[in-house]
Amino acid sequence: MNISVLAVDDSRTMRDMITLALSSEGFDVQLAEDGEHGLEVLDGMEPDVIITDINMPRLDGFGFIDAVRARDDTKTTPILVLTTESSADLKTRARDAGATGWIVKPFAQDKLVRALRMVAG
Amino acid sequence: MSDPMQEIMASFFIECEELHEALIDALQSMADGEHDAETINVAFRAVHSIKGGAGAFGLDELVAFAHQFETVMDACRAGDLEITDDLVQLFLRCGDMLSDLIRCSRDGEEFDTAASEALIAELSTFAAEESEEEDAPEIDFQPMTLSLDDLGGDAPDAADLGSPSLPDLPPLDNLPVAPPEPEQPEAGQLLVRFKPEPELYESGNEPLYLLKSLADLGQCHITPRFDPPKSVDDLNSFGDRLAWEIRIDTEATPAAVNEIFEFATGLCHFEVVSGQSEPDVVEPSEPDAHAELSGPVPEDTPTPPPPIVAAPDPVPPKPAQKSDKPAAPAAKAATKSSPTVRVDLDRIERLVNLVGELVINQAMLSQSIAEENIPPNSPVSAGLDEFMQLTRNIQESVMMIRAQPVKSLFQRMSRIVREASAAVDKSVRLTTEGETTEIDKTAIESLADPLTHMIRNAVDHGLEPTETRIANGKPRQGEIRLAAAHRSGRVVIEVSDDGGGINRQKVLNIALAKGLVPEDANLSDSEIDQLLFLPGFSTADEVSSLSGRGVGMDVVKTQITALGGRIAIESTAGVGTKFTISLPLTLAVLDGMVVTVAGETLVVPLNAIVETLSLTENDLRHVGPGQVVLCVREKFVPVLDLGKELGYRSALAFEKDTIALLISPEEGKLVAVLVDTIEDQRQVVIKGLQESYGRVRGVAAATILGDGKIALILDASDIAASAAGVTFDATQKEAS
Repeated sequence: MNISVLAVDDSRTMRDMITLALSSEGFDVQLAEDGEHGLEVLDGMEPDVIITDINMPRLDGFGFIDAVRARDDTKTTPILVLTTESSADLKTRARDAGATGWIVKPFAQDKLVRALRMVAG
Repeated sequence: MSDPMQEIMASFFIECEELHEALIDALQSMADGEHDAETINVAFRAVHSIKGGAGAFGLDELVAFAHQFETVMDACRAGDLEITDDLVQLFLRCGDMLSDLIRCSRDGEEFDTAASEALIAELSTFAAEESEEEDAPEIDFQPMTLSLDDLGGDAPDAADLGSPSLPDLPPLDNLPVAPPEPEQPEAGQLLVRFKPEPELYESGNEPLYLLKSLADLGQCHITPRFDPPKSVDDLNSFGDRLAWEIRIDTEATPAAVNEIFEFATGLCHFEVVSGQSEPDVVEPSEPDAHAELSGPVPEDTPTPPPPIVAAPDPVPPKPAQKSDKPAAPAAKAATKSSPTVRVDLDRIERLVNLVGELVINQAMLSQSIAEENIPPNSPVSAGLDEFMQLTRNIQESVMMIRAQPVKSLFQRMSRIVREASAAVDKSVRLTTEGETTEIDKTAIESLADPLTHMIRNAVDHGLEPTETRIANGKPRQGEIRLAAAHRSGRVVIEVSDDGGGINRQKVLNIALAKGLVPEDANLSDSEIDQLLFLPGFSTADEVSSLSGRGVGMDVVKTQITALGGRIAIESTAGVGTKFTISLPLTLAVLDGMVVTVAGETLVVPLNAIVETLSLTENDLRHVGPGQVVLCVREKFVPVLDLGKELGYRSALAFEKDTIALLISPEEGKLVAVLVDTIEDQRQVVIKGLQESYGRVRGVAAATILGDGKIALILDASDIAASAAGVTFDATQKEAS
């Protein structure tokens, strides 16, 4: 069974890249453009793993993770933070919000795939 | 993979343009004094997204620049750096550079590395402290490099975990009742002690998968430790009662294990001991980790197999979630129904052309039906009416697809103002109005050149030097205003400055010196202003690097005219100068009046016609040889016979029902154009002639009429210019 992924990123380029990197590896990828949109998408799916950007309009990655963790159905869904920012502070904040792990952009396809398989089985 | 990557890259550059637009917008707001968090955030996000995408495509120069840019903006965002006017100006210049870098990256051109490095250096003076901070954590925070080969083959089945390790589990009697302290793994082994904290589960991490990943390093011998709850109340905090000791037969280094546990760092007690070396405590930040793990082992040391299988149980019920979940729909199914769709311009062009054909077709059909003398109340006529209505609606909708707000154009101009004002060392601010006014995309692109030129002119010649301004009691900072609006079926774009106005004496002197006007000419103010549009005219005493490049306002006028537009000039000494460009809304179709002249069918753009008059010979006054004027409401208007003008006949054969079309080529100007009959008013599809015939004086384009005949569309301003007796355009002279 394919691993289903919800990828939340405000950059179309990033969404395209993620789709490209994962679809060919047999992941089912759904996309959202920001945190708010991500939460809407979650109403209609239960992904095996969520990838999210941090810097986004409307609802940023921290707020999104908070909201995801507050929902019963996604309380323990693995969340990978995909971001170009690599400060320790950001790591801590993402972790505090409830992120499972992080990947620094730009990502290599195989690394993303491995990380996803590691957190989502 | 190269093909989809190319596509993504292409869409990345389009996205970059949008992001850049948002960036400049936000920076402009900041320049206007809006320093609120969201404005800064928008700017930051734009640069950040550009950097992110650029990184994905290995556009290192772009990444490096965006990074430095973003770093300084981040400091502003965090409140560590005060937002001064100078800083915002620097940001704006960086925005321009970013745009250049994006363009160069896209077109594969060479970067002006010196310029970008200079800006990076300038930025880094602001970012000195930040960049130091930033570099440090990068080391322990590299992109994931997992040493797993492929996890894909392993089904995520809990039972799988135990199987490789079960046969190799140490016999029961070897199990440490009280583990030797410290227990050393053998050579070629790694010993991992792992005890999750409840937070590990809460963050969505899964011990099972961590253990599975360890199993990929080599044969694992797993010993679970279970600290059973003492009372029912303890049941909730199940998470920290499980621990594992894993011995791995592997040549891998502890670093490989650290990588696997990267996400779990800080969420568990965890240590790796290497068989080849000294104990390798990898969690110095958690001094109690070792102590706790090697502390008293639960008295009831479990028999290994059951807990191993049971291990995943306390973990949140992920497998259940998976199984009852409906099959996930295909990728992107959930993509937000975005408010915009990207369409190749070629496709729109095709659609526009097809709609053009449709309009022609409908016109032909109307004509055939009219010729059949079908009664107007018949179903055929009713159907035709509806068809015409629909055609018109379709056409308008299609034209709207091509329409775009002038905002992007105006934004480009803000850069021109910045560069131009820096070049001549004047302080200039650009204000814009009506940015949302929509205009045909082609027109937007074609307007960039003339507007750039006009803006440069305004900065260079229009605005006085700062000292003069101050001396005249004007604000130090000059203002250039760029405004767009829809006005009676046309788009009007105004470029004005609050400079000294046109120095008419100087203009006239130059024109006289260059022999552009006769010595004895007695020109009105507005006629002198018009001289600016003469070819090769330049008022700059010395050719400045900025605007004196040999192209003058004549080129601007030619470019505007090519768009079916006209340009007017208005100037008041000491107050400023205003150029008004007026353009047709769409370039592909126009409402025209079909007229006949000497047996030829012509189309006059409807929006050029102010009024139509039916004449008697008495209305015309002869004021000289071949010079005729028409008295319209006590005003004399020059008269022009179209037939004569276009060479269809040699002299005006005045007939009883001759019709005059009053044409206004520019604000406040009227010309009467005589035609024989008015046939119809209808939309016509513009078919360019320039490709085949070059520019023909008086003719803007051609069209195909309902009966399939070709008719020429007149260029109203050309016609009117010849009526005024002054031929301004060099190309006109050549053509005639």
